[in-house]
Amino acid sequence: MKTLGLLINPIAGMGGSVGLKGTDGMYQEAVRRGAVRKANARTALALKALLPIRDDLLVLCPSGEMGEDLAREMGFQVKVVYSCGPDTTAEDTIAAARAMADADLLLFAGGDGTARDVFTAVGDQKVALGVPAGVKIHSPVYAIRPEAAGELALSYLKGACGQTREAEVVDIDEAAYREGRVNTSLYGYLQVPYERRFLQSSKAPSPLSERSQQVNIAWEMIDQMKPDLYYLVGPGSTTKTLMDVLELPDTLIGVDLICNKKLVQSDLCEQDILKRMDERETHLIITPTGGQGFLLGRGNQQLSAAVMRRIGRERLHVLATQEKLFHLHGAPLLVDTGDPEVDRMLTGYVRVIIGYMEEQICPIGAERQ
Amino acid sequence: MKKIDRSSKVRTGFHQAKWDEPVIFELTKPGERGILVTKANPEVQKAVEGTSVLPSFLQRETAPALPEISQPRVLRHYARLAQETLGADVNIEIGQGTCTVKYSPKVNDQLASLPQMREMHPLQDESTCQGIMQIMYDTNRYMCEISGMDRFSFQPSGGSQGILTMASLVYSYFKSKGQEKERNEIITTIYSHPSDAAAPHVKGFKIIYIHPDENGYPDYEAFKAAVNEHTAAFIVANPEDTGVYNKNVLKFTKLVHENGGLCGYDQANANGLLGVTRAREAGFDMCFFNLHKTFSTPHGCGGPACGATGCTKELEKFLPGPLVDFDGEKYFYNYEITNNPSAIGKVREFNGVAPVILKAYAWIRSLGPDGLYQVAKTAVLNNNYLFKKLMELHCVDAPYIPGKQRIEQCRYTLETLFKETGVSTADVQRRMMDFGMHYWQSHHPYYVPEPMTLEPTETPSKEDIDEYIETLKYVFDEAYNNPEKVKGAPYQSVCHQLDESNMDDPKQWAVTWRSYLKKFN
Amino acid sequence: MSVKGFKNHPYIPNSVPEVEQEMLHELGLNSLEELHAEVPDEIILKREMDLPEAFGSEYELRRHVEGVLKKNKTCADNLNFLGAGCWQHYVPALCDEINGKGEFVTAYGGESYNDFGRFQSLFEYESLMAELVDMEVVNVPTMDWAQAAATAIRMGCRVADRAQALVSGSIDRQKLAVIKNYCTPDLDIVEVAFDPATGCMDLADLKAKLSDKTGVVYFENPTYLGVMEVQGKEIADLTHAAGAQCVVGVDPISLGVVAAPRSYGADIVCGDLQPLGIHMNYGGGQSGFMATMDDPKYVLEFPSRLFGICCTNTPGEYAFADVAYDRTSFGHLREKAKEYVGTQTALWGITAGVYLATMGPKGMQEVGETIMQNAQYAAKQIAGLKNVSIKFSTPFFKEFVVDFSKTGKSVAEINKALLEKNIFGGKDLSKDFPVLGQCAMYCVTEVHTKEDIDRLVSALGEIL
Repeated sequence: MKTLGLLINPIAGMGGSVGLKGTDGMYQEAVRRGAVRKANARTALALKALLPIRDDLLVLCPSGEMGEDLAREMGFQVKVVYSCGPDTTAEDTIAAARAMADADLLLFAGGDGTARDVFTAVGDQKVALGVPAGVKIHSPVYAIRPEAAGELALSYLKGACGQTREAEVVDIDEAAYREGRVNTSLYGYLQVPYERRFLQSSKAPSPLSERSQQVNIAWEMIDQMKPDLYYLVGPGSTTKTLMDVLELPDTLIGVDLICNKKLVQSDLCEQDILKRMDERETHLIITPTGGQGFLLGRGNQQLSAAVMRRIGRERLHVLATQEKLFHLHGAPLLVDTGDPEVDRMLTGYVRVIIGYMEEQICPIGAERQ
Repeated sequence: MKKIDRSSKVRTGFHQAKWDEPVIFELTKPGERGILVTKANPEVQKAVEGTSVLPSFLQRETAPALPEISQPRVLRHYARLAQETLGADVNIEIGQGTCTVKYSPKVNDQLASLPQMREMHPLQDESTCQGIMQIMYDTNRYMCEISGMDRFSFQPSGGSQGILTMASLVYSYFKSKGQEKERNEIITTIYSHPSDAAAPHVKGFKIIYIHPDENGYPDYEAFKAAVNEHTAAFIVANPEDTGVYNKNVLKFTKLVHENGGLCGYDQANANGLLGVTRAREAGFDMCFFNLHKTFSTPHGCGGPACGATGCTKELEKFLPGPLVDFDGEKYFYNYEITNNPSAIGKVREFNGVAPVILKAYAWIRSLGPDGLYQVAKTAVLNNNYLFKKLMELHCVDAPYIPGKQRIEQCRYTLETLFKETGVSTADVQRRMMDFGMHYWQSHHPYYVPEPMTLEPTETPSKEDIDEYIETLKYVFDEAYNNPEKVKGAPYQSVCHQLDESNMDDPKQWAVTWRSYLKKFN
Repeated sequence: MSVKGFKNHPYIPNSVPEVEQEMLHELGLNSLEELHAEVPDEIILKREMDLPEAFGSEYELRRHVEGVLKKNKTCADNLNFLGAGCWQHYVPALCDEINGKGEFVTAYGGESYNDFGRFQSLFEYESLMAELVDMEVVNVPTMDWAQAAATAIRMGCRVADRAQALVSGSIDRQKLAVIKNYCTPDLDIVEVAFDPATGCMDLADLKAKLSDKTGVVYFENPTYLGVMEVQGKEIADLTHAAGAQCVVGVDPISLGVVAAPRSYGADIVCGDLQPLGIHMNYGGGQSGFMATMDDPKYVLEFPSRLFGICCTNTPGEYAFADVAYDRTSFGHLREKAKEYVGTQTALWGITAGVYLATMGPKGMQEVGETIMQNAQYAAKQIAGLKNVSIKFSTPFFKEFVVDFSKTGKSVAEINKALLEKNIFGGKDLSKDFPVLGQCAMYCVTEVHTKEDIDRLVSALGEIL
């Protein structure tokens, strides 16, 4: 018997249908505008894929609209692990996710806000997968479609796909977004199932998995490092892999400082960085964060204009998997240090390390309008 | 009886041969023999010690555990496996994009099976090999005329080895100048075949990738940023697998030359260019052709093949040697040209896959200059016809240069189909197999979402192309009306959907029957 | 309207003018010249290519090619004793029958759903070969033995995480050239001397060169010069003691009677499939194999395709697909681990599988016995000639080095005289191995009868 944690943010997606850019903090307005709840219907599309293993599956879920109703309606065996009232909140999501410690897989439906709540609750200790139901879906913890989430969940629960990968939880500031500004932040990483499925094409050499691409990238960066210089290592899973390869502790969403492959200081703030830069020639190793190719200004605000003015383009090392660059489709990597002059200085073409002895030429641009 | 209704445009009744054949080891019957082996003359046996001269540790104690099967049963097994293989002889080859799967004339196979080809030892005295040496010499001349290069080597035995040979030429060229350490970067594009990067890696080069611009050409601004004093070479295909021809190719090759680098042309996609445009005029210093693709020598399930690699006079001395020459009376191996310390040496034992060279020769001679031109034109005509018909479909699109011509193939996207039906390009691929059609997606990673790469070559008739289109349409309609049917495919193929979940697990993968028995008994 | 091109060509259905026009009109074009609009005018070839005009018929083509090929003198019509990397063995009829099947000849890169037979027959090839070499993993074949050896050396160096390979000095010079090109600049290829008396590796030199930098020791059994490497076990032991990988090249047709290299310590085995049912084809029949045990440490280092067995969603169905999709070189990336895979020699792999299935265990034993007996007989008879000797005292398999230094004649002269008697004499070693003097390497297999050998010996007797 396998157990599935099922968690639905029942109000996810409501804002989008009535012209609101997200539902966080806007539920009442959405209802006022006549929004209807769709998250359960979206989740049903995913759960349909699990019907064949219904008899061997126990669904752990919160009461009512957050999971119980739908699971029962579809004939799953249900165990309610958390009770919630009619108007559910982020706190309910967090508490419910924590109550599902026994689940083999946590399937949650919502948007970026929901993913953040799930991350707050379980961190990287639980394998989780998102059913896209919200307005904002920038976090790759979500499957492309609800049906795809269902198929992947099925395959994971059947044991056919045992691998997982780290996927980013990113969110944008909805208040700013509604005013037309995009401000993305990286909140952390969830472990999501990873399946090799119909990917193969016989005459091509196998593509490397994301993880091994990151290891390749790390080796190339290490080969390029010079002795006795300071290297600031920015946040992100690709830079984290660099630290892993060097067997150094990493601050996943912070900036660390290394020298001669040894850790000098962890989790530096802007002032720490500026102080350290007085000591030695300092280079910066960063990777685009979030879903929009931001190099600077999203989730790494410590790397301020003052810092970047001194790093310059010469001492900037950008790492990214080729897949991540592909998703940009030629659009520039973005910098938004808050100082237009510094942003301009960083603009141009940069060699991005994409593998061992492999680089790609990418444009850097100021923030997109 | 009424007249039989044959109006369907799609072969809905197709079923591939499915024999449910055992693995050959399961056919063993102790005592059966597939063939009798010649014994040594009794006098010979008496005169010598035979295997007993081997020191005991070198004597095989137990016979290899090969199956024991009588001859008709071996034949039947393999004949059935052949039937379970969809070779180009039996299907409309449009679906294996980038592979240039065209008709391989049977007469050429027969010629290559003559004893004057098969029963030739590569170290025979040159006077006894004048026939095959003439073929090699003339094929070299033809390749030179088709490409504008000055000399070809036939040692590279596949496209990837052709690229390795080009990378090796680059290495040799800079080694001869004492610059092999500084000139350590090769620029290529993300659409290029993965071997364009992997093979140069073997020669120690760093690979710099260029992204396509909005036309699908390599982004020239990025390219300018890439070219510098470390640039050893630019290796690229044109057209790339998108079928988009980079109009500005001369600008690219010129910039590389100005910076002291070399330009290598991956001509895996040459089929649409024969007699139309050449490597030399486009500014390349070297190129390679896949004889098993463009020149029709069959693919043989993946070789034997030839990646004939040519270069300019300046680079000739670095080619893998020896090269065949003609002194006016006889053909001979010229060891002098490539006898220098910077030369590649060899990339293959002996002098190339002779039967493949022979078949390419015969193919060229059966077409002549007019025919080769016709091949290119018809291949491009067929592709643009297919392109136009497919682009009329709602769920098919292709990135770049809208309204313009493609060369010999195109990479389409089925993103709309996927978004609207949940049916992916992989699902369509499996479903096409139910109608006896190959279908290819793309190399990884997918830059074009939900890719479909089709290359009709000059071989199919208009009716064949129409049938392929009708079959695709049938599958697309099905995707909208009954997506589960498409996702569950294939149904009419040799086997059903593979479960490959054991293939990445060392405890469960099995590359051989003995591993399988060990792990699953 | 232009009529350039070749209308109604039998290989080009749509060269029929009416069809061509219909399709051009569909595209809104009038002539073939309007195609290739994307190719800039400055690089358009403005003239017809300078190539011979096409033959008027298939028959004329056949007559011409047959005429050219008739200038060749074959090993079927002459008596051949050349080996040295390409060997004349009997090719069972089944091998040509199967590898001539149009489905196999014209298949390429399809998925296992429609190219199923190709996947199964190559999986079977891997499995049959694994029994012969007594290993658990065999690749879909590569170009030739030289490529297999070069790749095996790279694999071994990655496993050992070192960048030097020691190779036996008796190796084929052209194979060494391939290895050097493929491994430079990443690896350092160093030769180990061979003992001119025995033809085997000079162990003192091996010991002197082995160090903590050595990643691979590569030797062959039988060696290129034909003799058995009777110190195989000592070499393997020394290699392993130095922390290096032992790579052994082998002649697969010997393995019915000769012990598989794993029994004396090989970590990776490689060689050429050509003896297994593939015609010499003027060197076009070469096909390289590699084999290891089923240990991820090795499996993940194969750059080649490995077809494995799997199931489908339908009970009772076999299927075949690629093993270790994410095959890469975790942890060994500093050795620039990337190699490539592409079109290689799959059809020869299928052929070798047919050969092994046809021969069976008995056939492989018998052919090994016959070869050794015939070769020993030939060596013995030749050694009876005045001033001629067999160079090495070590047991050999099918090739042996004949020393003509004392005859006062060069090998070139002798071979020229033999050629006049329709005999292809052994490979002249005087250029590749000048240290050996005027030596030739003779290859004798199951195709040679006692009469053939006696004819050679009497011809030599007349010439010398």
